[in-house]
Amino acid sequence: MRRPAGREPAPARRAGANLDVLPLLISALALVALLLGGFVVVAPNRLLSGTPLSLWQAAGPGGAASLLAILGVIALLAARPALRFQRVLIGLAAGTLMVLALALAGMTASEQAAAAGRLTRVSLGAGFWTLFVAGLLLLADSAERETHRAGKALPLLATLLGLAALIASGRLAQLSLAREYAVRQQAYLDEMLRHLQLTGSGLALALVAGGAIGLLAYRRPRRAGPVFAALNIVQTIPSLALFALLIGPLTVLTGLFPALRSLGIAGIGPFPAILALGLYGLLPVARGVHAGLSAVPNTVVEAALGMGMTRGQIVRHTLIPLALPTLLQTLRLTLVQLIGLAVLAALIGAGGLGTFIFQGLGQTAADLVLLGALSAIALALIADTALRGLTLFLLRRPQN
Amino acid sequence: MARAVFWTLPIWSGHETAAMRMMSVMRTAGRLARRPVVWVGAVFLALTFGMDGLAPHLGFLFPAGTRLVYTRASFPELVASHALLTGAASLIAIAMGVAAALFATRPAGRAYAATLDRLGALAQTFPPVAVLALAVPSLGYGALPTAFALVLYGVLPVMGAGMAGLSSVPAAVLEAADGSGFSPAGRLWRIEMPLAAPILLAGVRTSVTIGIGTATIGSTVGALTLGSPIIDGLSGDNPAFVLQGTVLVALFAVTVDLAIGEAQRALPQRPN
Repeated sequence: MRRPAGREPAPARRAGANLDVLPLLISALALVALLLGGFVVVAPNRLLSGTPLSLWQAAGPGGAASLLAILGVIALLAARPALRFQRVLIGLAAGTLMVLALALAGMTASEQAAAAGRLTRVSLGAGFWTLFVAGLLLLADSAERETHRAGKALPLLATLLGLAALIASGRLAQLSLAREYAVRQQAYLDEMLRHLQLTGSGLALALVAGGAIGLLAYRRPRRAGPVFAALNIVQTIPSLALFALLIGPLTVLTGLFPALRSLGIAGIGPFPAILALGLYGLLPVARGVHAGLSAVPNTVVEAALGMGMTRGQIVRHTLIPLALPTLLQTLRLTLVQLIGLAVLAALIGAGGLGTFIFQGLGQTAADLVLLGALSAIALALIADTALRGLTLFLLRRPQN
Repeated sequence: MARAVFWTLPIWSGHETAAMRMMSVMRTAGRLARRPVVWVGAVFLALTFGMDGLAPHLGFLFPAGTRLVYTRASFPELVASHALLTGAASLIAIAMGVAAALFATRPAGRAYAATLDRLGALAQTFPPVAVLALAVPSLGYGALPTAFALVLYGVLPVMGAGMAGLSSVPAAVLEAADGSGFSPAGRLWRIEMPLAAPILLAGVRTSVTIGIGTATIGSTVGALTLGSPIIDGLSGDNPAFVLQGTVLVALFAVTVDLAIGEAQRALPQRPN
């Protein structure tokens, strides 16, 4: 349904259309942003706002020239759609762009710290971020359009490896972001783990309850309407309100039955957060399970019945394999959504990466906000990419 | 729909008297009162304007000594601010989303449809709170970063639904329109848009619902919305403010969702 017309054939190979417009557009935008915006921002201390340094001032002529050269290579590659491995090469170039930009920013930070003392903070500027996001978009675009599976994975893995190596080398240690991390290393790891626990528990709750509801709606189609209407109301309630809504009833409940507290049930903390995440995941999971199962043709189920399969066998060998693409998509979308929502858990005392975001907002410490927000975004992107990869791996054989 | 015609026809075709007109009005009112949007909306409005009067009597729900009346802004003000922020951002988002969908389904832009789809999917993986927080350093605290995040998240469902709706119009219908001499603009306006409207409106419904939710979170970066009492209550350990804010914003979201649902029902159903 969501597939727009004209998507099926690759239009780039048509005669006359010998340009890949998107990479060209993205690299042109990145170029403009680099020339206009500051590459890094140097501030006298953590809370004062700083002055932007252009790419030229920050990275010197050599660094600036190498970044611009990579943008040029991407533009050249984009102009040659007939080239073998064109997509993979664009992906690799985009990854190099990201790693090199980060390395240059890290080097600038080290130089500034050596010259102006420990209090100086060097944070990443608008020009850097535009370049980095441009690299990310190019990478995603090349991975999406490359048809070969190894070709999809290679640029992504190479970029991840490059970024990991860069971080491990310690060359980024003087960036403001890294210094925010360094002073709260243990707390960061704790909150990251807590974020994963909250998301995982919420997801488990949503999968079990939502899966059961979806199955029920599939078995009893007449009940499907009211059930989905009720779940839709839950989904309509703003996420912040849903987290906060559970505080009152749970406080009253534990007030009436103090024994519940020993089970970890309380008005604030992880319990209401997991409950809220689970409630939010109910509708997508239930709808996905229902849609996936309903899309299996009745004739297939009847054929399986006719072959003498038991109910359990029908579920295992026909329903689940045929509904698998939809089920995996449901899992991916729900997981990504819950990772984002779990950020709000910090507001009701449940911890997670939101802790840093809200602390940073309270202290107007932009880099602390960045630490939390970027980690949440990275987590969501990694989960999305990993589940897309898993989907491709599980559905290796063409379905029809 | 069919029932409505059945009830009103005899009255309007017969000899009209004041009593009959009265009965018809009452019947319409009775029919209206059965729609959930009316009573949910009524409860929402009553609580919006009555919260300041009701709040002092809620003391029995909370620990002794809890401040019960939210004083930073009155609830009608909060609702107005929330509605204005969401409404303005939604209008921009709908205009941008429809424009993108139109572009992606015209001959000139069809090559970009897959790209727009992909960008939308990528943007949707970004957590709203993270985007809100990231907008603060460049846009400052307050309504501006919230409006930015609202527009960003509002565009995606409208664009997706617009593309799905416009490309779901059967090719035979388009050919028939061309054959009967419609100009491209006329075909778009009088054939394609009406046929795409139900799917597009579903996207608008999702977009506005997400908008109300994101605006609520916007109070963490200083926007004045119904999320403000929730955030103030959570940080100031005041369950009364949390409850008042949550109940009102939940009712607000459900009312708006139901109202758009009514608009969807009012559209002529597409035969399938």
